[in-house]
Amino acid sequence: MNSVLACALWLGPLMLLLAMACALLRLLLGPLAEDRILALDALYTASVLLVLVLGLRANGGGAYFEVALLIALLGFASSSAMAKFVLRGEVVE
Amino acid sequence: MSAVADLPAWVQALCGMLILLGSALALVGALGVLRMPSFFQRVHATTLASTLGAWSVAIAAALFFSFGEKRLALHPLLVPALLALTVPVSTFFLMRAAVFRHRRAGTAGVPPPLASQGDSSSAP
Repeated sequence: MNSVLACALWLGPLMLLLAMACALLRLLLGPLAEDRILALDALYTASVLLVLVLGLRANGGGAYFEVALLIALLGFASSSAMAKFVLRGEVVE
Repeated sequence: MSAVADLPAWVQALCGMLILLGSALALVGALGVLRMPSFFQRVHATTLASTLGAWSVAIAAALFFSFGEKRLALHPLLVPALLALTVPVSTFFLMRAAVFRHRRAGTAGVPPPLASQGDSSSAP
């Protein structure tokens, strides 16, 4: 294997995990509810990218692509529901 | 299933660089979320990962599977397309909620209302 791809397949997940750790720290620190929702947004985007890169590492096996699609869809649903809750105090009016 | 050894060298190098670019953008965005001083500055940082970061990682995956399986495999591009449709909507909801709450709380540094909006204290 080419050294660039091998290096990227090790370094990429590492950087994405570090990004998830930063977002998690903001999720725990965040002074307001908006900051926590934003941190959750950054967390799920980084996890989508991480699952895609892990799918490359698995060399096409497994259901990594479907998992990434599901995380993106459910992340959007939960993020907009929480934003609605922060705005109105109700999710379904 | 694809075998990595079969990939041409330039495809491997391009895939590796795109993955590194996408991961680095996600890391910079998350560092911005962690380090920026106010909420309205933090909102900008998340877009790095969901636009260019997601596109570069997905293009790397599409190249990898296309050349590995010897057929056109564009399905990884669905992920950034879905993100491009959904992330602006949820971020827009969140921004409206945050602007409303910050104005009601009277925090400094809230973006000023548009001239056409009139009273800034009304609900969005």
